[in-house]
Amino acid sequence: MDILRFITAGSVDDGKSTLIGRLLYDSKSIMIDQLEAIEKQSRNREEGDIDLALLTDGLRAEREQGITIDVAYKYFSTPKRKFIIADAPGHVQYTRNMVTGASNADLIIILVDARNGVIEQTRRHSIIASLLRIPNVIVAVNKMDMVDYSQDVYNNIVIDYAALASGLGLQNVQYIPISALNGDNIVERSAALDWYEGDSLLSILEEVETGREVDLLHARFPVQYVIRPQTEDLHDYRGYAGKLVSGILRKGDAVTVLPSGLQSRISSIESGGVEAELAFAPQSIIVHLADDVDVSRGDTIVLSSDEPKLSNEIEVNLCWMTQKQLTPGSRYLLQLNSRVVKAVVKEIQYKLDVHTLEKQYGQENLGLNDMARVTLKTASPLAYDRYADLRVNGGAILIDETSHVTVGACMIQ
Amino acid sequence: MSQYRLDHLEQLESEAIHILREVAGQFEKPALLFSGGKDSITLVHLALKAFRPGKFPFPLVHIDTGHNFQEALDFRDALAEQIGEKLIVRKVEDTIRTQQLQEPKGKFASRNALQTFTLLDTIQEFGFDACIGGARRDEEKARAKERIFSVRDEFGQWDPKLQRPELWNTYNGRISKGENVRAFPISNWTELDIWNYIRRENIALPSIYFAHDREVLEHEGQLVAVSEFIRIEPEDRISTRRVRYRTVGDMTCTAAVESDAVSIDDIIREIVATKTSERGETRIDDKVSEAAMEDRKKSGYF
Repeated sequence: MDILRFITAGSVDDGKSTLIGRLLYDSKSIMIDQLEAIEKQSRNREEGDIDLALLTDGLRAEREQGITIDVAYKYFSTPKRKFIIADAPGHVQYTRNMVTGASNADLIIILVDARNGVIEQTRRHSIIASLLRIPNVIVAVNKMDMVDYSQDVYNNIVIDYAALASGLGLQNVQYIPISALNGDNIVERSAALDWYEGDSLLSILEEVETGREVDLLHARFPVQYVIRPQTEDLHDYRGYAGKLVSGILRKGDAVTVLPSGLQSRISSIESGGVEAELAFAPQSIIVHLADDVDVSRGDTIVLSSDEPKLSNEIEVNLCWMTQKQLTPGSRYLLQLNSRVVKAVVKEIQYKLDVHTLEKQYGQENLGLNDMARVTLKTASPLAYDRYADLRVNGGAILIDETSHVTVGACMIQ
Repeated sequence: MSQYRLDHLEQLESEAIHILREVAGQFEKPALLFSGGKDSITLVHLALKAFRPGKFPFPLVHIDTGHNFQEALDFRDALAEQIGEKLIVRKVEDTIRTQQLQEPKGKFASRNALQTFTLLDTIQEFGFDACIGGARRDEEKARAKERIFSVRDEFGQWDPKLQRPELWNTYNGRISKGENVRAFPISNWTELDIWNYIRRENIALPSIYFAHDREVLEHEGQLVAVSEFIRIEPEDRISTRRVRYRTVGDMTCTAAVESDAVSIDDIIREIVATKTSERGETRIDDKVSEAAMEDRKKSGYF
């Protein structure tokens, strides 16, 4: 069995939480006591049917306001797969929480209200999907029951979205008409939508290919922690603990430690306390080197034959996630895997207009939820890959040095 | 390349080890909160994989309410001894005395809420900057919202409306003085994942997880162990049943389930077939209000 991590996105009231509630309900993943609890709450709210959205809106403020503020993670399995759902907020104000949920997703379901079509939030979420390079996109046209299950309405939305998708370079886009409220095309194909020839949503989720983003070609091993027992019998033991984020490492491989550039050879690999001939991503392992070179947390061990880029000036696509403005000259900490370096904003190249997707040059600052191309200078060199080539070694965060809050998501170019 | 793929349990295991090592790498003084329940036992097993042959870079800390199952306490002591790691126990009893806290009253008077006081005192006493916990997001809907690195203020409070963004597998553990982080390595595991992992890795558990005969009191459909910590009234129906525990918390707030399961395989069969959630079936304290967990977390609870 493998895992599919997916995120649902859409505007407020597009029915995201209802869709997830429906998926859980129709796949029989909701327990009796949980159902009783939401039935009781549905009655408290003087509504008729049970409100499936209550399954995911976990915070008091969310239930009171009837909106999703932060990502809720939900889990269900079918015989084919384990699913991890990130139910993300639709509201513009909470875009950063949506980005949090999207960053680990193998797939995004973008919900479009059949009555409203492609709107600003659809664009914003699609831009995020494109910036974060989510490998699969499903456009679910919801509330088909409200438009009499009209094929024309659906087709027009598909045409609109296809234009957006091609503008953004989105790949693997699939379309499906649904009604989350009534369960049409969620687990079973719907008779009301007999003109639709594809699979149900759950079938698509079960069949979509995963694991493509695990790269086995470029070995990148960020060191998290050095294990040195310093006991009598393990006096010389020095193991570099970390997760092999991509690629394969073998005993005997010639390796380079970055950013120092020191070279050595892998003398042994341990996985779960057992010696191994090789390790592959995303295993957590311990690596030993043949030479006594200086290696510590924040260093990256790579094959000498395949080194990443090394630079102290990088261009990034940036999602800005705080009220405090970003301006050229602003200083932050930049964290890429286990490495943390000081960074300063050298230049804002352009900002992306969410409506027109145009590049707006000559911007002096960035505000909350802005997306932009920015040049950063770091205090020491960074061993990185382009995010587009290797997501696991090309995504970094910016941290405010005084409040310690994560303020930006960087996709390195 | 299909031989180079991890199955879902291996993926979850690697993710958890990665998180444990991030805590070790980013914090000066972490601790692992250990209760003697299956989730924290699994955490200890994962920590062995993350740090052996080295010692753990943190002690095990147990906040003992004084209402624990003896089997869980014995197991806790034996495990700490067997793996040779430091165990710190702090008792709610002592906090009640020194802070003159009011003991809750009632039939199943639970010290569950009082644990928070002892936990915060212990964090302060040792200067812990990160506490690793075995909470899972599938347990409860407030937990489903919490980040893997969850920042708490100096009162231990969680602010669910102001959580830091948490991208990819990059965990930002930077905090101001007085703040601390709660780190949850098994956030993405479900109850069934835990049991399947316990089976695969052959992890030992306290005996109360398996079917045994026990004197219980029936209360609103739940079976509560007869103990000195609950108030027995003449009209109470007490009987000896064959039960096991699906979760292990305090004797006052954890209910048993009727079962004949004597092996992990039996337990997994029962869990797969069950129609009730883990907390719904076994926790008496969660039924109080729909926001019970959120409220407790906001005031410093796990």
